[in-house]
Parts: sequence; C-alpha cells; structure tokens
Amino acid sequence: MTAMASRAQRTRSVVLHLVCIAVGVLIVVPVYFGVLGGFKDNGQLSSNPLGWPDPWVPNYLEILGNGVFWRQLGNSLLIAVSSTLIVVGSAAMAAFVFARYAFRGREFLVTLFAIGLMFPFAVAILPLFVLLRSVGLLDNPLGVILPQAAFGLPITIIILRQFFRTIPAEVEEAAVLDGCSAFGFFWRVLLPMARPALATVSVLAIVTSWNNFMLPLVVFSDQSWWTLPVGVQAFQGQYADDTARVLAYVVLSMLPALGFYAVAERQLIGGLTGSVKG
Amino acid sequence: MTRPSTVSDDRRGDTATDPPASGPGTARKRDRQPRPGRGTVLAVFLAPALALFVLLVLAPIVVAGYASFFKWNGFGLPENFIGLDNYTRAFGDPTFRGDLWRGLVLVVLSLGVQLPVALALAMLLNQPLRGRAVYRLILFAPYVLSEVTTAVLFTLVFSPNRGLGEGVARWLGADAGTIFADPDTVLYAVFMVVSWKYFGLYMMLFLAARQGIPKELHEAAVTDGASAWQAFRHVTLPLLGPTIRISIFLSVIGTIQLFDMVWVLTGGGPIHSSETLAVTMYQFGFRRFEVGYASAISITMFLLSLVFALFYQRIVLRRDTAGAITTQGGQR
Repeated sequence: MTAMASRAQRTRSVVLHLVCIAVGVLIVVPVYFGVLGGFKDNGQLSSNPLGWPDPWVPNYLEILGNGVFWRQLGNSLLIAVSSTLIVVGSAAMAAFVFARYAFRGREFLVTLFAIGLMFPFAVAILPLFVLLRSVGLLDNPLGVILPQAAFGLPITIIILRQFFRTIPAEVEEAAVLDGCSAFGFFWRVLLPMARPALATVSVLAIVTSWNNFMLPLVVFSDQSWWTLPVGVQAFQGQYADDTARVLAYVVLSMLPALGFYAVAERQLIGGLTGSVKG
Repeated sequence: MTRPSTVSDDRRGDTATDPPASGPGTARKRDRQPRPGRGTVLAVFLAPALALFVLLVLAPIVVAGYASFFKWNGFGLPENFIGLDNYTRAFGDPTFRGDLWRGLVLVVLSLGVQLPVALALAMLLNQPLRGRAVYRLILFAPYVLSEVTTAVLFTLVFSPNRGLGEGVARWLGADAGTIFADPDTVLYAVFMVVSWKYFGLYMMLFLAARQGIPKELHEAAVTDGASAWQAFRHVTLPLLGPTIRISIFLSVIGTIQLFDMVWVLTGGGPIHSSETLAVTMYQFGFRRFEVGYASAISITMFLLSLVFALFYQRIVLRRDTAGAITTQGGQR
C-alpha cells in the first residue's frame, strides 16, 4: 500500500521535474547560446552553435574596453534612478492624501489616475514629442525622465495608497498629539513605516524605466544620450552580419537586468502580484 | 467611467479593509475638527503628481485627439482641418485593417495558448517539488529582460545559417532561417518570442493566487471523493477566477499596444505581415511626418483599450473587487 503510493508519488515527481526542465531548457538555451556565442567568431557560430568556443574570441573585452557601452549603461542608470525618485516621491505624496483624507473630488481624481493605467506611451508619443521639441527637451535626459515618471504615477499611487490605508488611524492620532504636522507625520512616521511598499514600487519603476525603448528612441537623436535598449538595437543594425559581436553586446546588456532581478526578485514579484490584487 | 473603488455593492468580504470615504473612520473625525491649513496640505501634496500627470499624460492624449482631425506634419500648429478624413482613410487602408486583424490573432493566441500554459505550469510549481524555487526563478527571469534585448537575441538565434534555430529546425525538418522572413509564419514567430518573455509573468501571478487559496478547501474536496481534476475544476479554478480575469485583461491591453518587440524583430515586415497598430503609427508619425494621420491611429488604439476596459469591467470584473489593474510590461 505505502510502497505503491510512494512509487506513484515518485513517478509523479519525476514527471513534474521533466516538464519543468523541458520548459526551463526553452528559457535557458537561447541565453546560453548567446553567452557562449559572444566568445566565438561567426565561423564557429555556424559550424558549432551550441558547443564550447574554440578558440575563445575576445568580443566581450572589445566591447567593455570601448566607452560606448559604459556610456549607455550610465545613461540607463541615470534615467532609471531619476525617474524612480520622481515618481515614487510624487506618488507617495498623492497616495498619502488619497488614503487618509476625505475631500470632494477625491474619487474623481483616483479614478482619473486609475484610467491612466491604460494610457500606453504609444498613444501619447506624438504630441509628447512635439511638446518636448517645443520646450527644448529633445536630446535632454529630462525629456525621458519626466514623461516616464508621469506614466508611472498610476500604478505607483495605487499600490502605495493600498499600503497607506493599512496604517491604523491611532498611529496618526498619536503623532498629531505629539505635535506632528501633516508633513511631519508623512515624512517621519508614514514613509519609514512604508519602507517595504516603497521598495516594491521602486523596483517596478526601475525595471520599467530600464526596459523602456520607444521614448528614448524618439527623444535622443544624439547618440551620446542613448540608453542600453536603443544602443543594442542600433548596434544590431550597425553590425548586422557580425552575429557574434552583436550577441556579446546583447548579453552584456542583459547582465545588469538579470543581476538586479537576482537581488530584488521578491520586491518585483510582490509588486506585480500586489498591483493585480487591487 | 469606472466606478469608484470604494463602492461596496456586490463585493465579497473585502470591505473591512477598505474604509468608505466618509464612514466612521478618521475622515469624519477630521471633518468635525477641521485642522488649520487642511486645504493647503491637500494642495501641496497633490501638486507634483497632478502637474506631471496633467501636463505629460492627459494633455498629450487630448492633443492627439485634436490633431487627429487635421492634416498636420507636426510643425507649427495644426491648421488644416479635415474632420474625420484621417479615420476614414485609416479604415480604408489595408495595412491598418490588417493591424486590427493581426491584433485579434495575437490576442486569440495569447488567450488560447500562453495563458493556459502559464496556468498549467503554475499548478505544477505549486506541488511540493525539490528545487521548485530554482525553476520559478528561471521561468520568471525573461520577464526582466527588455523587449528589445529579447528581440535582438531571438533575431540572432534565428539568423539564417548561423544560429541555433537552424540546427533545431534541421532536426525538425523545417527551415528556421526564414520564419521571420516568411509572411505566413512571421506573426507566429513574433508571438513565440512575446510568449517566451511574458508567460513567466502570468505564471507568477497564477502561482501567487494559488498559494493564497487555503489548503483545506482543496483537501476537503478530495476527502469528499472528488478526483484531483474535479477538485481543480470546481474548487481551485473558480477561486483563481479574479486573477485569470485580470491576466486576460493585461494580455489584451498589452497586445493592443505591442511595439518594441515587433519593431526590433521585423520592423513590421515582410510586407506589413507582422505590423501592429503601434508600428503603423510610428511609421507614419516619425518616418513620414503625417502626424495627423498617425494621431488618428493612436486614438484608435486608445479607444480600443478604453472600450475594451470599460466593457470588461462592466461584464466580467463586476464580480471581482473593483481594484487596480496594472499595465506592466505593457508598457509595458
């Protein structure tokens, strides 16, 4: 009886493992091909796409030794950090008011921001481009940072508002009795308490900014401002027949995202599931 | 308009965490003793978010709506009013009509293939399994890669006679070098790459929802003599309903707005056979400077999303909490 059960169980777990491994292979193999391909030349790529490189070709070192990649990495970082600071700061302030004050027009404003969830960049990009051109923000990182922050507001406000609502009114009353102003309470009590939620929305904002393509594509005609996604795409156009070299560039541009994912996986998943729970 | 999220009509059990706007909560107390400068506090705290949102999100959309009634190259002010001509032109244009059709195909594929697979994997990963965390980490990893990097990687994977696809295809007796070059297969090839990147997201959402279901329910059903399948079908699946419905929503909205992936993989080609609304819009707006016409395409995209969202909220999400709906990735 138990032997039967345990054997059935073992079979089941083997099947489960096989399915997971099969799907895992579909995910891992293209990346593995890319990582190894970056160490090959094109001849090796066609004769031996999955095997070990022989000889090892220094594509990666070439790219790392050239300032362009580092420059794009820096631009991506600058834009991601700035737009995250702006979006989290302004969303936290708005979410505080939406969560803890009743006032006429509140629901209207909340709904307005919620509808903003459905505004893709693609809808606004043309007028945005014209607007940025007329105020001279083309080829200026602010031309990407500010619109990104604006488009990130809805989701950030919604997540933070949910969190701010969970903080008991007693905490606020105590702070007020201790002579805290609204701003003092927000700054000294609420934000420190909301650290996990702030981490979550920051991770979401960083990932979104890091992967954004359409906006930097139209805002930066000057190559020195390009972010990694724009740079990767341009590099592919430039070296279309040098597959190995492009692979090396793509893999290098994946590394920061994967590294960040390894560190912030929990916040990222928490943010995604939290925002869907509504 | 969507209904305010504090309405608590036919909602179940989550009202406790959701104080009504003017219930016996802090709000009313505060209303009784208005503190000095409350208006100022509101104004100061709301100003930055509102300014950003109105100037950079709402205004551009309004402008796009306005511009879509003009023949305009994007320079100076739109002056040449042509009424609905941009829209009639779009709906008469085979490429635009094809975009709508291809969007529909992608939606159907996504709902028919991607989401069920993600759901099945989530159920598998919910079983006690050694190394589950590792599988989860790997399957979700593509989600953090940008659409551009993913697209470039796959372009190379399937590059003719130099890629990985070639070997696999030879083994399958097909010709991989051409799946992105053949008008008949390109859309499926694009869908494959989109799924590669996004199915982990849906799997993760389903997994989180599944883990939120109390074990007892499933066990009770099995104790009562239900088979594993029946227990899943009649207990687990209905409880996953809200997450499934939100995932469908995200998937549809995301598909309507698909740009990066297609632009990098194929540029919409060959001969428009993988083009999407966003790609057509970009071509006309930033390549041909027909900004008025491109705005009409933008607005169509927006209206499609909005009408779908409202309809969906009315018909489908009514039973769930009227809560947040994310676009991620969507950009996302």
